[in-house]
Amino acid sequence: MHPFALSRVDDPAAAIAAHVRDPEVAFIAGGTDLIGLMKDRAALPARLLDINGLPGMARIEALANGGLRIGALARMSDVAADTEVRRRFPVIAEALLFAASGQLRNMASMGGNIMQRTRCAYFRDEDDPPCNKRRPGSGCSALHGFNRNHAIFGWSDACVATNPSDLAVALAALDATVVVRGPAGERTIPFADFHRLPGDTPERDNAVERGDLIIAIEVPARAEGRGSHYLKLRDRQSYEFALVSAAAAVAVDGRRIRTARLALGGVAHKPWRLTAAEAALRGASLDDITALKLAIATSFTDARPLADNAFKVELAQRIARSALVAAGARA
Amino acid sequence: MIKPDRENTGRLTAGGDASSDGTDVRDEHAATHGAPVAHFSMTVNGQVRAMTVEPRTTLLDALRGELGLTGTKKACDRGECGACTVHIEGRRVLSCMTLAAMQDGKRITTIEGLARDGNLHPLQAAFIEHDGFQCGFCTSGQIMSAVAMIEEAKAGWPSAATADVRSPFVVADLSDAEIRERMSGNLCRCACYPNIVDAVAEAAAGS
Repeated sequence: MHPFALSRVDDPAAAIAAHVRDPEVAFIAGGTDLIGLMKDRAALPARLLDINGLPGMARIEALANGGLRIGALARMSDVAADTEVRRRFPVIAEALLFAASGQLRNMASMGGNIMQRTRCAYFRDEDDPPCNKRRPGSGCSALHGFNRNHAIFGWSDACVATNPSDLAVALAALDATVVVRGPAGERTIPFADFHRLPGDTPERDNAVERGDLIIAIEVPARAEGRGSHYLKLRDRQSYEFALVSAAAAVAVDGRRIRTARLALGGVAHKPWRLTAAEAALRGASLDDITALKLAIATSFTDARPLADNAFKVELAQRIARSALVAAGARA
Repeated sequence: MIKPDRENTGRLTAGGDASSDGTDVRDEHAATHGAPVAHFSMTVNGQVRAMTVEPRTTLLDALRGELGLTGTKKACDRGECGACTVHIEGRRVLSCMTLAAMQDGKRITTIEGLARDGNLHPLQAAFIEHDGFQCGFCTSGQIMSAVAMIEEAKAGWPSAATADVRSPFVVADLSDAEIRERMSGNLCRCACYPNIVDAVAEAAAGS
């Protein structure tokens, strides 16, 4: 790794002030993404600020209203093991457990998880091929290169990368919010607005600005929370990023869907909500596979596969349906 | 407040925006090496070790290069293989993906710290008994991972192989499928997986 300075901070205001003052400062918590990025020279911060000592930010709170507040420094493994998380929102525990490995989950923080950068091999390549995320303006090697793992929704000519977080897919389905504190104070970002599409500025993954510190993730009480499930398909069964994944949460009357929430991973630059499908699924029977298929297909009219990933269009619809049915069995 | 120097911790020191009092050793290092250094201490296998390393030094490189504890292996150096697994405060982690200087005051256990009074840890014995290795390069990581994994199972942690995460998990639920999933962060290029699973299962049953 390149030489850098390291200091630690135990007060959020000092952390934010240092970050906003100095564009060469990066926060480090678990480090499981940032250290990889530094080894691959995709991030070269001059100064790291260790935020692990910030007080009270690793708490996992089961709120009286049925929701959750998860501190940004809580570790993935602690959240996945939390009995209230597992009971209220099994989709969150499952998304965490299907990610990374036991060792990495013990290290990685929740705030860092939703900040993690794409696994596009061109972006991570230390030989520095054209990549607009790595070097803005240099081009996209994946657009006409090896793009089997890349997006089928929402991509631009500047970037076809996908977001690798499993957790983010579950949080998107549940319309969670991210509590962020910056130089101007605290604000709450709806999860749908947290990650962004690449457009002409793929170097920007999300709505976090310089000086922003993620404080917590809040999950409101949801009628669909208990009837939720996460499914993930990958090239090997464990310890691998998704080809396609789905988070489903459903509330039912008997076997009929009252409301459904569906989000996909591995298909876009952000977790991809299937809003058209969610509307079409209202009133459908969980036993009517044809109806479920047709409803889910309404969210795929704008799918634009690349040369190597047309298989994702079919695979994503199937996994969405399987996740929905499994979620329904819990509802 | 930011405390990059000795004023609060008495240990962790690093360069950059640290306020210098003019006597800071790191300035001497910066002059000779052109890079900041960090001073801190950590307890490794029960011994307090005073460390002076560059902030960019991973825990893995510090254990191997500074302390000569070469039982912890460096393979992918990217968090992809698990060979470098150690325990920090009893939890299994990848030492290649964390910085040594972030471990100030922490308790680290490596493979060299598992045996007690000349007796192998039950998992070490089980690996020998079940022939859980061929070349042995991944073995220390496998064993460190398995020791902590059994503790996770005892604490009731579910896994991706658990049928229903809403139900309580008990260590008796550690099936071969559970062990394989929970150990998936440790790769073995000799593919000794069946024997590794047997060794871990025996140790889990006896724990």
